[in-house]
Amino acid sequence: MTNAEQRRQFIKELGLLLPFDALLTEVEEMRPYECDGLSVYRRLPMAVALPDQVEQVQAIMRLCHEYKVPVVARGAGTGLSGGALPLENGLLLSLAKFNRILNIDPANAQATVEPGVRNLAITEAAKPYNLYYAPDPSSQIACTIGGNVAENSGGVHCLKYGLTVHNVLQVKIITIEGELMTLGSETLDSPGYDLLALITGSEGMLGIFIEIIVKLLPIPERAQVVLAAFDDVEKAGEAVGAIIAEGIIPAGLEMMDKLAIQAAEDFVHAGYPRDAAAILLCELDGSNAEVSEQIMTVRDVLKKQGATEVRTAKDEAERQRFWKGRKSAFPAVGRLAPDYYCMDGTIPRYQLPIVLKRINDLSAEYGLPVANVFHAGDGNLHPLILYDANKPGELEKTEAFGSKILEFCVAVGGTITGEHGVGMEKIDQMCVQFQSAELSQFHAVKEAFDPERLLNPGKAVPTLQRCAEFGAMHVHHGQLKYPELERF
Amino acid sequence: MILQIKNQCISEQLQSQVLRAIDEQMSLNIVAGNSKRFLGRSVQAKCRVLDISAHCGIIEYNPCELVLTARAGTPLKEVEKILAENGQMLPFEPPHFAGGATLGGAIASGLSGPRRPYAGSARDLVLGCKLLNGRGEILRFGGQVMKNVAGYDVSRLMVGAYGTLGVLLEISLKVLPRPVVSTTYCHECKPEAAIRFMNDLLRRALPVDGACYYKGQCYVRISGSQQAVTTASNDIPGEALSYQSHFWQNLRDHQLSFFQTNTSLWRISCKPATAPIKIKGIAAVNDWLLDWGGAQRWLVGDIEAGRVRDPVLSQGGHTTCFRGIKNNVDVFQPLSQPMLTLQQRLKKSFDPLGLFNPGRMYAAL
Ligand SMILES: Cc1cc2nc3c(=O)[nH]c(=O)nc-3n(C[C@H](O)[C@H](O)[C@H](O)COP(=O)(O)OP(=O)(O)OC[C@H]3O[C@@H](n4cnc5c(N)ncnc54)[C@H](O)[C@@H]3O)c2cc1C
Repeated sequence: MTNAEQRRQFIKELGLLLPFDALLTEVEEMRPYECDGLSVYRRLPMAVALPDQVEQVQAIMRLCHEYKVPVVARGAGTGLSGGALPLENGLLLSLAKFNRILNIDPANAQATVEPGVRNLAITEAAKPYNLYYAPDPSSQIACTIGGNVAENSGGVHCLKYGLTVHNVLQVKIITIEGELMTLGSETLDSPGYDLLALITGSEGMLGIFIEIIVKLLPIPERAQVVLAAFDDVEKAGEAVGAIIAEGIIPAGLEMMDKLAIQAAEDFVHAGYPRDAAAILLCELDGSNAEVSEQIMTVRDVLKKQGATEVRTAKDEAERQRFWKGRKSAFPAVGRLAPDYYCMDGTIPRYQLPIVLKRINDLSAEYGLPVANVFHAGDGNLHPLILYDANKPGELEKTEAFGSKILEFCVAVGGTITGEHGVGMEKIDQMCVQFQSAELSQFHAVKEAFDPERLLNPGKAVPTLQRCAEFGAMHVHHGQLKYPELERF
Repeated sequence: MILQIKNQCISEQLQSQVLRAIDEQMSLNIVAGNSKRFLGRSVQAKCRVLDISAHCGIIEYNPCELVLTARAGTPLKEVEKILAENGQMLPFEPPHFAGGATLGGAIASGLSGPRRPYAGSARDLVLGCKLLNGRGEILRFGGQVMKNVAGYDVSRLMVGAYGTLGVLLEISLKVLPRPVVSTTYCHECKPEAAIRFMNDLLRRALPVDGACYYKGQCYVRISGSQQAVTTASNDIPGEALSYQSHFWQNLRDHQLSFFQTNTSLWRISCKPATAPIKIKGIAAVNDWLLDWGGAQRWLVGDIEAGRVRDPVLSQGGHTTCFRGIKNNVDVFQPLSQPMLTLQQRLKKSFDPLGLFNPGRMYAAL
């Protein structure tokens, strides 16, 4: 859509599809939608639509398709990669009003929900049946299941229970042409290509989720957490491998370094040892008998690996406190500096010592402190870089530092994003992780769903041209060759 | 880790064969162990065989990382052997059928064995792959780490695609520790009761990793630590089955007497709690075998496709004519037109000329 007249016409027709209060076009009312959890990128859309009926979404999509207006879907806006960042000439489609739990089917252990349902709300609704929804991102009180499917979100329990992709049975999508389609099924597989797997983690680029069926699991008879302190980060890293070598898959296996420990301790008084160089939180769940047996094994392993202290939570309240410290690590670290920047690389676990060393070296080089929070069991690192956006040049320095970390993750056999998605943020690092033929294949996949590239365009997969320019930027060691280019 | 097994990379040769096929517009029939030759539609005539069985060997395996990477032609037996030596396993228990199955074939067909509802499917455990697309390009997706959301999840898309989207060259999988103890209990009951019982297990935190109903008997396997299995056995009725019976392996590989038939064998995927499906001319007990706690059901009998498909579809399930296809029925559940169109577009995005296994899944793919 090019001119103002068409724009007016589009808004007018959009208004006919929605109740008066479900369409926002004034700058002030659109402000809350200008960014997601990564607030360094902000942009106002042309309009915000807040439908609550499937047919409305279908009609909106048809209209956008007709007018060639790009569409950015949004759940709760807690995403950390700018995935829900609006486009100036685009529509922001909020799915927040689709917040109904449609059915809990205890006999088949599944729940049917709308995309705007909060992650934790599913677990709460399933509880009376002794069931729960396993993936538990730290943002679970706020983030939506639609956003979870779009990002393939993980949580502290995904080492044992998997990511979103392992816990979703079926999604209904609305295509850019306004067609309602069902991917996956209520059974354990479905005929034809596994489009459900493909669309999970697709960051709003292939279709809009409008209904989701998730798998529910029985609440374990018992869950117990062991906290171990180490005077050396490397030893803590080795202890992780040693636990797994014992044939134990903990429900959660998390690591925090000194800065993160102290921040969490000051913030929520979790009871962490403030002087430790690193702590591990190892959660074991299952039957009473199994958990008792595994705790003994894990305690032995941790001691053998040189833990300076090993503590088993003495009751449920202490267990909750241990986890609270971990789950509030981001806001806790946020109190240490005016701003922080959360990275999300994944590495093969055995590479942890050299990656941590590299992060430390870079931290010194850039003069920016880093706190490390780590889904240690599955190798997913969250270095949190502390900075001050009000100091000129510091954000750029932080971003450069962050890119270096991600590129190092790729160099040691890992990836630039474990669970937060590429979005707008890591689009240039995609050029480091993938070759042009692979990126072209991604574009071809997108075209099968969205030939005119109207769904969240410009995110997640860079154009080859952008990569060529990014490569050129690299050659020039930070001296930007194309300063006029958009560079998020 | 140095391995004594056959280890050979022929990806460049395979690539040049694909490039030649592109030049000549000659379709390719991708084969490795050929253990699943019976499955699927027969590939359309005038195809050249692309044999990948020589492309084999385990590339990387570090037990502590729970990840194994191997070439697609590696025999499953070899993969399972090295895992067993390290106290680990492929959690999805892929079927070998008559033998000779390869890792690539297991992933391309996406079939999983009895442990599937409890430990995940082939697709759940795939972490990454290297493949040759229909442009003759060698591409890598995913990786060797547990969590990776960079780019679309192409690796999992390959699972169950029967080679129609690309030639799998390498596969990385998540592996898990093998349970220390595993015991099976077996009790007699009616199918309705078995379905109820197996589904109750889904809502109870017991270490179940197999549940099957066959010839009037309900079999439940519990696995884990010695303590866990001993305690859980109080909740599972029936007699312990002798370890020597190899029941689950025979179930996995279709070696139980149930499967020794000349009639058609249907696979039915349904919600686990679905009540016994009544089909005229089919015996309520003896013609059925329920696996996956009721979510995967096998049916033997020569009956018209619609009489199996319609009642299953009405319950939200789907069917595959697994063996003994008669009268040209569709092997896989027919897709709706919009779905087929989308899948055709996707196929084109990988294999624009339609070279790979044309028609093996659906005539139009
Ligand atoms: C404090 C904090 C802690 C976090 N911890 C974790 C964690 O432990 N693990 C983790 O994985 N993530 C974590 N996150 C990131 C974030 O919460 C997840 O990515 C979450 O899934 C986003 O959900 P959302 O509803 O907020 O989606 P949004 O941010 O609104 O959107 C995210 C993406 O999904 C798309 N989208 C949203 N809804 C739909 C839909 N219905 N159809 C199609 N596309 C859609 C958007 O276009 C966008 O690309 C954390 C974030 C914060 C702020």
